[in-house]
Amino acid sequence: MRKQNASAPRTRDPSEWPSRREFLRRVGLTAAAAGAAGPIWWALRDPTGERGKPSEPVFRLRNYQVDPAPNASVLGIARGEQYEAMLRMAIGAIGGIGHFIRKGDVVLIKPNVAFDRSPKLGATSNPEVLAALIHLVREAGAAEVRVADNPIESPENCFQKSGIADAAHGAGARVYLPAPSSFEMLEVPGAKLIPRWPFFYLPFRGVNKVIGIAPVKDHNLCSASMTTKNWYGLLGGRRNQFHQDIHNIIADLALMMRPTFVILDGTRVMLKNGPTGGDLSDVVPGRTLVAATDMLAADAFGFHDLLGRKADSDRPEYLAIAEGRGLGTQDWRNVARKEEQVG
Amino acid sequence: MSCGGKGGGCSCGSGGDPKPPANAAQPAPGNTGLDGNGPELLSLMQRVPARPRPAYFASDPPPSADPKTARKAPGWMRFFRITRVRVISQAFFFGLFLFFCWVTWFSRLEGYPVSLFLEIDPLVAVATAISTHTVYRNLLWSLVLIIPTLVLGRFFCNWMCPYGTLHQFIGWLFNTRRNIDKVAINRYRPIFGLKYILLVIFFILALFGSLQIGLLDPICIMYRTVATAIAPAYDLSADTLASRMENAGVDAGFLRASLFRPGITDPRIFYGAWFVGLVILGLVGMNLIIPRFFCRVLCPLGAFLGFLSRFALWRIDRDLTRCTDCNLCVSHCEGASDPHAALRKSECFVCFNCIDDCPEDALSFRFLPVRKHAPAAGLLFGRPVISKRAETEIPAPDLSRRRLLFTSVAGVLAYPFLRLSAAVNPGAFHAKAIRPPGSVEETEFLERCIKCDQCLNVCPTNVLQPSTLKQGGLEGLWTPVMDMRIGFCQLNCTLCSEVCPTGAIQKISVEKKLGLKQFAPDGPIRVGTAFFDRGRCLPWAMETPCVVCEEVCPVSPKAIGTYDVQIKRWDGKMVTLNRPYIRPELCIGCGICEHECPVADERAVYVTAVGESRSKDRSLLLRSKET
Repeated sequence: MRKQNASAPRTRDPSEWPSRREFLRRVGLTAAAAGAAGPIWWALRDPTGERGKPSEPVFRLRNYQVDPAPNASVLGIARGEQYEAMLRMAIGAIGGIGHFIRKGDVVLIKPNVAFDRSPKLGATSNPEVLAALIHLVREAGAAEVRVADNPIESPENCFQKSGIADAAHGAGARVYLPAPSSFEMLEVPGAKLIPRWPFFYLPFRGVNKVIGIAPVKDHNLCSASMTTKNWYGLLGGRRNQFHQDIHNIIADLALMMRPTFVILDGTRVMLKNGPTGGDLSDVVPGRTLVAATDMLAADAFGFHDLLGRKADSDRPEYLAIAEGRGLGTQDWRNVARKEEQVG
Repeated sequence: MSCGGKGGGCSCGSGGDPKPPANAAQPAPGNTGLDGNGPELLSLMQRVPARPRPAYFASDPPPSADPKTARKAPGWMRFFRITRVRVISQAFFFGLFLFFCWVTWFSRLEGYPVSLFLEIDPLVAVATAISTHTVYRNLLWSLVLIIPTLVLGRFFCNWMCPYGTLHQFIGWLFNTRRNIDKVAINRYRPIFGLKYILLVIFFILALFGSLQIGLLDPICIMYRTVATAIAPAYDLSADTLASRMENAGVDAGFLRASLFRPGITDPRIFYGAWFVGLVILGLVGMNLIIPRFFCRVLCPLGAFLGFLSRFALWRIDRDLTRCTDCNLCVSHCEGASDPHAALRKSECFVCFNCIDDCPEDALSFRFLPVRKHAPAAGLLFGRPVISKRAETEIPAPDLSRRRLLFTSVAGVLAYPFLRLSAAVNPGAFHAKAIRPPGSVEETEFLERCIKCDQCLNVCPTNVLQPSTLKQGGLEGLWTPVMDMRIGFCQLNCTLCSEVCPTGAIQKISVEKKLGLKQFAPDGPIRVGTAFFDRGRCLPWAMETPCVVCEEVCPVSPKAIGTYDVQIKRWDGKMVTLNRPYIRPELCIGCGICEHECPVADERAVYVTAVGESRSKDRSLLLRSKET
C-alpha cells in the first residue's frame, strides 16, 4: 500500500460516500437504538428499591362446612369392627353422607400419613377405614376424591408403608404427594401465629369439600394428636418452629381449616411414645369411629374415651384456646351425640 | 445422522456433513482435496490400472451407461449398515442407562437391576478384586464384558458405554471441522497414552487398599453426574414448569410423571454439585477441541479394555491391493487407532466407521488377519499392491517400560500421600464422615467405594451427600456421607444397601438395620450419636419451649427424653420447659432430630460419627447395646 502523504487534506472521495438510502438506514438504526434506551430504563426505574422486591401472591381457603342437617347430632360414635358399617352409622348420625357430599363434588380427604410406619403401629390413619370412607364418598356421587398429606418423613415411603397409597388407589381416589412447587402462601385472617404460611395448595385446586380423618395418638408436647392437629400436615415451610407455641398453632389450625366433617379414627389408639410410637406395645385397639361436625368436641371425646385421660383439666390447652375463639366446643358431654354398637 | 443417501459411509458420530467426492476419481490438478496425500494419490492412480469400484460410491459416474446394470445392494441392507446398527445399540444402552437412573427410586425400583452398568463394568470388578481379593455379589456379571472384549476388542466403548455415546453425540452435533481437518484430528497422538498411566496408578493404589478408579471411571462419572447434577436440575426445571402450566390451567401430568425424584417437598441439593456439573461440561466440551477427548486421553476403563483387546482375535484388516492410502478411513475414526497405517488395537473402539468410509472397500473386520508388508514384486495373492504402507498392528498400549516404571513409582508414592491425610485416618477421622447404615468399617470402605453415588441417587431423604475434601480428603472425595441438615436416615429404609454394587454398603434387611428378630442380640445398626448443644437449644438457652427433636425421634422407647421444669421467665411469666437430653444407648444416629431442629444454621442437636457400630475405633459407650 502506498503511504499517504501526511500533508494531503483528509477529505473523502465523493465516490466513497454512502448512498442516501444507506445513510438514512444506518443513522436511523443507531438513532432508534439510542432513543429506545431512555424509555426502557424509565419504564424499569425503581428509585426506592421497593418495586424490585418479589411480590408474593397469597390465597385464602374457603369454608368447606355445610349447613347442619335438621335433628342431626354433632358427634356420631360407632363401636365395632366393621368399618364401613360403622362409618355409615356414625356419618348417618351427623346428617348422612348424602347431606355432606353432593353429586359432582370434588372431595379432598386428609389422613394422617406423617410417619413411615406400618398401619398396625397406629402412627397413621387406618387405611381400611380410609378406603371405606372413600367408598362412601364416591357412592354419594363425588366426581373426584383426592387424598393428600405432607408427611414428616419421606412422602413416598410414608404413603406406601402406612398402606394409605394402596388403600386410596384401590378405592379409586387420587393420591397427591408434595412437590417443591405445590406450596403456595396461605393467608389465614385472624390467625395469631400463622397469618401467612406455605400451604400444600396443589390438591386443593377445584376442591369444594374437605374431610379430615385422624388417628388418636399420644403426643409428647401437646398431650394428644387427633383431628385438629391433623391439619398440620397441610402446611409446608418451617413447621419445626410450631413447637415453640404448639397450642396456639393448633388453635390456628382449627381456624385455618373449616372442614365439611371429620372422622376420628379410634380403631388403634397410641397410648404412649407418641406421636411416632414404633412399638406394638404403644398401641391398643379402640374399636371406635367418630364422625363429627365439631373437631373440638370430637377431640375432647377421644381424649376422654379413647386415650382414657378422664380428668377434663388434663385436656390439651389448644382445645380451650380454640373454644375461646369460637371455633367449636370441647364440652362433648353436652352436644347432641349418638352412640351405637355396630355389628 | 442422515447421511445414508451419500452411500459412501455413514459418518454417524463425528461428522454428518457429506463427504467430498473422492478427488482421485477425477483428478484435477491442484484440487486434490487431501493435503499432503493428494500428489501421492495421483501418482498411484497413474501407475495402477483402474479397478471397478463399488457402484454405491455416489460421487462416481455410473460405471456403465445403463444405470440398471449397476451393482447395488438392496435398500434395507444399505439402511442396516453395521454403523447404523451400532448407533441403534448406542441409543438403546444410553436410554437403558437413563431408564435405570429414573427407576432408582423407592416407588419404581421393583427389582430392576439399576446398578447393572456398574456391575458389568470390568474396571470396577477388577479394581475391587485387587483391593479386596473378592468379587462382590453381582460384579460377576463383568464377565459378560471381559470375555467378548478378549475376543472382539474394545467394542464396549462405541457400542454400549453411555458416557462414550454422550461424547460422540456432542462431538458429532457440534462438529464444524472440514473433512481434511478430521483426518488430522483423528490420528493417534502420544497424549492418548495418558489413560494407561492413570490406570496403572489406580491399580497400584487399589493394591494398597485405596480405590480411586471412581474418580474417572466413565460409568461412575455418569451415575454420579445424574445423581448429583442432572436429575436435580431436570426435576427443578420440570417441577417449576409443571406448576406454571397448572396455574395456567394446562394439564402437566406427563411432566410430573417424568420427574426423576417425585414426592419430595424440597428440591434435592448436593454438596459440590457445581463441581460435578462443571466437570461434565468441561469434559464434554473438550470434544470440540479433540473428539472423544475423555475416551482417548483419560478413560481408565477404556485403558483397561485396551489392555484386554491385545488378545482380540478379530481386528480391522486393510487390503493392500485395494487401499490407495487416501486416509479417508481416519476421518471418522472414533478411537484414533490409525486404521490407515499400523492399527493400534488397544485404541480401536470397533466403531466400523473406517470400513464405512473406505471408498475402495479395502477395510474389513477379520478373524486373525495376517500382517502383510508390501512385497517387492508388487503383487499380493496375484493382485497388484497399491498401498505403500505395510498392513500391520500395534497390539499393546502405548506404555513403554520406562514409563511403566515411573508410573509405578508414582503410584507407590501416591498411596501414602493420600492415606496420610488426617481425615481418612482412624486417628483423626472427621466427625461428619457419617457413613450410611450397612457400611463396612472405614478401611474396608475405602477399599470398596467407587464413588458412583448410586446410594445418593436412591436415597429418599437427600441425606446422603457426596463427601467433599473436608470429610475425607481426595481419597474420600464423592464417597457417601450423611448430612442431617439436608435429610435424615429413614428408619425403615435400606435402599442404599440394595443398590451398592461393590459392598461398601453391604446389603442389609430392615430387621438387621433395626436389630429385630434374629438380629436382636446385635442391636440396631448405629451410624453415629446425637449430641445437644445446650448453648443453642431453645429450652436450655432461651427459656423457650420446643422439643421437636423428642417428637420426631423414631425409636421406641425414644432416645430423647426431657427434664420438665417450671421456670419464671425474664418477664415474670411461669413457663414449662421440656429440656431434652440424649439416651445414648438408644440413639441410632438417624439424625431426624438434627434435621427437624428449628435452630436452622448450626443445629442445637446434631449427630457425629462417634458411636457407630461398624467400628470399634469409633465406639462411644462401654456398653453400647440397649440396657
